[in-house]
Amino acid sequence: MKKSLLPARLDLAQSITGLVLAVFMAFHLIFDSSILLGAGAFAFVSGALECELFFGEKIPLITTAVVIVIFAIFIAHAGLAMRKFPQNAAQYRTMRSHMKEMRHGDTSLWWLQIWTGFAMFFLASVHLYIMMTQPQTIGPAGSAYRIVFEWKWPLYLVLTIAVVLHAAVGLYRLALKWGWFEGQNPNRRRKTLKKAVWIVTVVYLTMSLAALGAFIHIGLTGQDHFGNAVEGIAR
Amino acid sequence: MSNETASAARTLTLRILRHNPQDPASEPRWARYELEEYEGMTLFIALNEIRERFEPSLQFDFVCRAGICGSCGMVVNGRPGLACRTLTSTLPSEITLAPLPAFKLIGDLSVDTGQWMRGMSERLETWIHEQAETDLHALEERMEPELAEQIYELDRCIECGCCIAACGTARMREDFVGAVGLNKLARFRLDPHNARTDADLYELIGDDDGVFGCMTLLGCHDVCPKELPLQTQIAFLRRKMVTVS
Repeated sequence: MKKSLLPARLDLAQSITGLVLAVFMAFHLIFDSSILLGAGAFAFVSGALECELFFGEKIPLITTAVVIVIFAIFIAHAGLAMRKFPQNAAQYRTMRSHMKEMRHGDTSLWWLQIWTGFAMFFLASVHLYIMMTQPQTIGPAGSAYRIVFEWKWPLYLVLTIAVVLHAAVGLYRLALKWGWFEGQNPNRRRKTLKKAVWIVTVVYLTMSLAALGAFIHIGLTGQDHFGNAVEGIAR
Repeated sequence: MSNETASAARTLTLRILRHNPQDPASEPRWARYELEEYEGMTLFIALNEIRERFEPSLQFDFVCRAGICGSCGMVVNGRPGLACRTLTSTLPSEITLAPLPAFKLIGDLSVDTGQWMRGMSERLETWIHEQAETDLHALEERMEPELAEQIYELDRCIECGCCIAACGTARMREDFVGAVGLNKLARFRLDPHNARTDADLYELIGDDDGVFGCMTLLGCHDVCPKELPLQTQIAFLRRKMVTVS
């Protein structure tokens, strides 16, 4: 009997869904961070993404549709990646002691991905569900209100750290897994890629956490960090 | 003062995991031995000195003493490596030695990699599969020197087992073929004498016990004493096997 082609397709699907999610997050966090340029900038970006410039008003259904697609890809990726998790206590113990003994960078990075991925099962699901069902609340005031008065800041704090680490490390591992960017000297290229991972991680974490801080500032003071009043934040 | 001179004055403490599975009374235990380090000392030399001076029953394997036979693989301070290729001057003064995991323990630092390697070889049929009977009287088919060098590069594997011991996947899932098996298939795939197609290879490694089980932890690549390009070979095979599907 011929061997099933399913393992190859699942492996490829895991990589493709991961790549799509990582690229999506790279843009998502930049759009979020437009709040660093002030409440007006964030309002413009969130409006533009919901085609305000085209229709003259925001179309929240666009966000709902995009989130449904991303949610589906997220669930598929989680399901595919779970195949690689330790499957029982013995495997978990073996992997953990192996990692501690080896003190090997890439093995530890995989372990980091396991845990950040596990955390996102729950954290990202909450975020995605809210964005899918309440897209009309996205804006400087609505987002700040949600983050401060609906107590989403702890969730976003952990989720931001988890998603940036998971995506940056994931892209690095994806490149090695499929042999992208090997160049003439794959060992040297791997070091360069790893350096890029940490640069991307630091840049995105700094930017995204500063953006979270900017939303918290709006929620607490009713104005952005440039002093512009943000209307519509009512407790 | 040079580093080598500085290290020559050190007293080394070797902690060795000792156990004899043939003896029902034996329990795994850590034994400590102290040695004066001298210039050029390898772990292989240190182990021989321990056996001669303190512990004649200490079991460990060696044949070539030159990183060619692959017999002296062991876990050195948590990482697999060859005892004969490891200078003590590259290690801290306290050195921990344990047998390679994933293989049958013979005793102390000696493991049976042969049984595992044979199983892998038989499973992947790691030999030339020719379409026609070889004519032993005819001249062998010519090969470009560049191709011969590529094949030779991958053929340098000494089956020491370090890549298996360093692989998180192989440690968790004992049926995983590991880098040694995948490297062998990559080597035979290059060989113009070989008649096996990628579809044939998919039948052998097209699942989670084969190339799709590899989680790209790259422990194999980073500990390989022969510095084989395992990372690129596994990625290459993965691309080829996905193309088959």
